[in-house]
Amino acid sequence: MQLTKLLDYLTPGQGGRIVAIHAAEDLRRRLVALGLKPGNEIRIVRRGLFAGPLQVRIGTTDIIIRRCDARQIEIAV
Amino acid sequence: MRKVALLGMPNTGKSTLFNRLTGSGARVGNWPGVTVELASAKLLLGAEMVEVIDLPGIYDLHGFSEDELVVRHFLENNSIDLAVVILNAVQIERQLALALQIQALGLPLVLLLNMEDEAKKLGIRIDTEKISGQLAIPTLLVSAKYGSGYQTALHTITTALRGAPATPIEAVKTALIPDQTIEAKLTRVLAAAVDMPVTMSVSLTDRIDRVVLHPVLALPLFLAVILLLFQAVFALGMPLQAGMNAAFGWMRQDLLSPLLAGTPPFVQGLLLDGVWNGVATVATFVPIIVLFFVFMAIVEDTGYLSRAAFLTDALMARLGLDGRSFVMILMGFGCNVPALMGTRIMRSRPLRLLSMLLIPLSLCSARLQVFLFIIAALFTSSQAPYVLFSLYLASIATAVATALVFRRHFRSTEPFVIELPPYRLPTVRQIVLRAWQEVRHFFVRATKFIIAGVVLVWLLTNLPAGVAVGGSASYAGWLGHAFQPLLSPLGIGDKLTVALIFGFVAKEVVIGSLAVIYATSGAALAGHLAQQLDWVQAYSFMLFTLVYTPCLSTVATIRAESRSLGFTAFAVAWPLLLAWLLSFSFYQGARLLGY
Repeated sequence: MQLTKLLDYLTPGQGGRIVAIHAAEDLRRRLVALGLKPGNEIRIVRRGLFAGPLQVRIGTTDIIIRRCDARQIEIAV
Repeated sequence: MRKVALLGMPNTGKSTLFNRLTGSGARVGNWPGVTVELASAKLLLGAEMVEVIDLPGIYDLHGFSEDELVVRHFLENNSIDLAVVILNAVQIERQLALALQIQALGLPLVLLLNMEDEAKKLGIRIDTEKISGQLAIPTLLVSAKYGSGYQTALHTITTALRGAPATPIEAVKTALIPDQTIEAKLTRVLAAAVDMPVTMSVSLTDRIDRVVLHPVLALPLFLAVILLLFQAVFALGMPLQAGMNAAFGWMRQDLLSPLLAGTPPFVQGLLLDGVWNGVATVATFVPIIVLFFVFMAIVEDTGYLSRAAFLTDALMARLGLDGRSFVMILMGFGCNVPALMGTRIMRSRPLRLLSMLLIPLSLCSARLQVFLFIIAALFTSSQAPYVLFSLYLASIATAVATALVFRRHFRSTEPFVIELPPYRLPTVRQIVLRAWQEVRHFFVRATKFIIAGVVLVWLLTNLPAGVAVGGSASYAGWLGHAFQPLLSPLGIGDKLTVALIFGFVAKEVVIGSLAVIYATSGAALAGHLAQQLDWVQAYSFMLFTLVYTPCLSTVATIRAESRSLGFTAFAVAWPLLLAWLLSFSFYQGARLLGY
């Protein structure tokens, strides 16, 4: 049985493969266009202060994403 | 004329390439089917003039963000002959999909892989011939920033255009192939043509970010950067602004006045105090706008602005804004006009409008001059810093209150996911072009409006013919009198009301207009004010001055940037109401407490 976690619960340096994105259609499309799609490897670079957004890395792209949105992304660790 | 559209994702250097292609000859204009204005320019390719259109950067042709809709509606309503697609070579894995989406529409294509230099540094090797062969799209590596590959690209575009028949709009409209087809094709081509190193080395960007986004250092560093930016723009800008003022004053006195000497006083006044002062007002904004955008271009192009958004998002998300609005609101404390223009970096319209509603509440340097004068006249030098500080607090409080009241009505539909681009050195050419384009934009959009406003206020204060300027017999005096039922509960008498009417043009003229109204100036005016007003009235007047419409140029800019008269009216009405409520509560409260 594979262990999955929501992206928001990873710590900096941790990462894994994206299993599923549960976001609404417009956010999902944007995420996919930025390379956040099932199968791709993603890693947390740092977390913003005061419950600020996360900086994540997919391939050569760095993205900032709010925690509420990161909670919609399921990762296999 | 045949049309070439530039398409690509945000941050791919699309606009840099557009500027390189078209120099400073670009203009913005309206297009069928789309509600926003797009930049375009005429360009000589081979022996033929073609029109190049810079479309907004998009992530996904089938997406639903505002920019994505603009591009789709543009393509559905305007027949184009060639699409030039610009992709970031470093991110080709995910960006190539966009080129295939556009190809699937049946449009002839030229593919430019930009940032060749960065890809090379990262060890990414791209075989453009394989891509050209497999996709049947002419593909080239270029660097828009340094111009490498540029001549070849021009040649390829010219050749492609020669062979291309215009694609009928209907074909574009109906062409929609399922995303799965794109996906499969994408994987095939990438596997064959692109060689990515397995692990990326720790880049310079990572090392800089370790300091710039450090948990402890980041915020002090951010404040230092903003302070430096602020100082750079306004410490340099104010003397230039004063110089511009002096130059226009000199032209007026030594050139125009003698020239108009023979004309009737009314015509002379209308032309010199009305039209010429309007022109001078426009001109004094030029140095500030140039400096603002020179430094903003640096902050934006280096990639720091995205970091600022990252740092301030936690706070701004609660106000219904994002980190980029924070920077613009802070810059508004120098001058509202360039800060309003700067909101263009925000792609979501509701977010932009909300920011444009907040920026005019920032206590700008023109209002500061008024406050310094009045505070010096009515308060002791030991009280003065606290009085001024309280006005800054009031400025921030009104902005926060406005955000909290209206955030629900300006909810952003744009997902907040932004790219953090690697740090890059901006080129001088990019910076100069940006500043020039912004100044021209301001000229085109605001000049007429500002001159008309200045002339109107001149007429109000000088008609009917023969009255004392702004005196009780003038229309302005009559207006000041008419507004008394509304303004006397704030402790603002009819003379101060006339000053507020003047102040609608620009806060710089408030003190000057008080000098005209009280027929005295400088220290004598300060003494006179101290006799006429008590501190409660003076503070109430300052609160009102702080919150209501900062100046005509701000209104003109809001109108130009929002392209909505309704929103502009709202952005004038709300601060007026807020100013009234604030001054009323303060004045009546203070009187109740016995002051």
